Amino acid sequence: MSVIEFSGVTHAYGEREVLRGIDLVLTEHRIGIVGANGSGKSTLARMVNGLVKPDRGTVSVDGLDVARNGREVRRQVGFVFTNPDSQIVMPTVAEDVAFTLRRRGLSKADVAARVADALERFGLAAHADHPAHRLSGGQKQLLALAAVLVAEPSLVVADEPTTLLDARNARRISELLDALPQQVIVVTHQLELLEGFDRVVVIEAGEVVADGSPDTALGIYRSLIA
Amino acid sequence: MIGLYVPGRSLVHRAPAVVKLGMLAAAVVTITLLREPWQLAVAAAAIAALFAVARVPPRAAARQIVPVLWLLAVAVPVQAFFGGWTAAVMMGGRVAASVALAALFTLTTQVSAVLDACVTLLAPFRRWVDADRVGLVLALTIRCVPLTADIVREVLEARRARGAQGSIMALAVPVIVRSLQSADELGDALIARGFDD
Repeated sequence: MSVIEFSGVTHAYGEREVLRGIDLVLTEHRIGIVGANGSGKSTLARMVNGLVKPDRGTVSVDGLDVARNGREVRRQVGFVFTNPDSQIVMPTVAEDVAFTLRRRGLSKADVAARVADALERFGLAAHADHPAHRLSGGQKQLLALAAVLVAEPSLVVADEPTTLLDARNARRISELLDALPQQVIVVTHQLELLEGFDRVVVIEAGEVVADGSPDTALGIYRSLIA
Repeated sequence: MIGLYVPGRSLVHRAPAVVKLGMLAAAVVTITLLREPWQLAVAAAAIAALFAVARVPPRAAARQIVPVLWLLAVAVPVQAFFGGWTAAVMMGGRVAASVALAALFTLTTQVSAVLDACVTLLAPFRRWVDADRVGLVLALTIRCVPLTADIVREVLEARRARGAQGSIMALAVPVIVRSLQSADELGDALIARGFDD
């Protein structure tokens, strides 16, 4: 598993400070991050692959400073966004999955084989040549996940991946994330998504207020929102 | 090109996009130079044969070609009035044949293949033009059409629900704001997917 280290991380959007001196070392297989809207949890997750850079402090993945080595880090960190529509770039399903591999220097045959494999795994093979924007919300999130995992990242960060989905599709995405051999960081409001996780970090007003097993951390979170 | 591709394994589908683009350009130039109706009839037969080889469903082909026929329904009589029926038929035939060929290209070529073709065609200009980036811009332009259409549809529905049907501001402001947000999110997604230069 990768070692993700936040050291004295502070970040503000204009005058509003969203993260305050975060110190964390994440090494577990499945890690959940929970917190209220605006608590800073999504900013924290985005820092793992350099989408947001800290104002102060450092974020590193396996010793690589994300701010300085963003490209190298992003090759091993896949990111799943809340809204899959924002993540889909190409017009058809297969083309969008292949887009991730565009700059990997693979042969066309290799790309085709890996895309076919990813689509099969996520139940999208029958939709390979269909327009991506005509998929259902659940299928779009599956496509987003397939497009991330086709690059075989060692770490997957998912920022509220089930927020826009109905219960059935949310469960499907949750099961898929659960079954991944890769290290997974999930930012979520849906606490049932974190069942069986190894560690849960609770963020409140830009600070870590609880950190530990799901039972302990979520107990503290529930008391905060009660 | 959004959602128009008809999957298939025909010779027309499998031909490289660069070759198809070159042949399309050459064919359109040739059609423009035709002078006799019988020559146009031969060209029309050849195009029909290509559609048959590609096994494009007639309905998909018609969706591409019929809108142009409506335009010709107006243009051909006007041309006939000023230049005679032969000239009018030749003009209408040339336009319809060229549109049919372009439709065949669209229906049998994936966007990614068109992008690869652009990159190949721009390769000699690599020193001045980043062909990969041009391809990416084309892909994003195509992708943004349904994305923007969705935003406009949702805003129109919201406007109707709030009883502000007549207000241009109630349409323009949220569409612009949401389009900018989507562009921002798409930018983040591109960075996350390795297009960070």
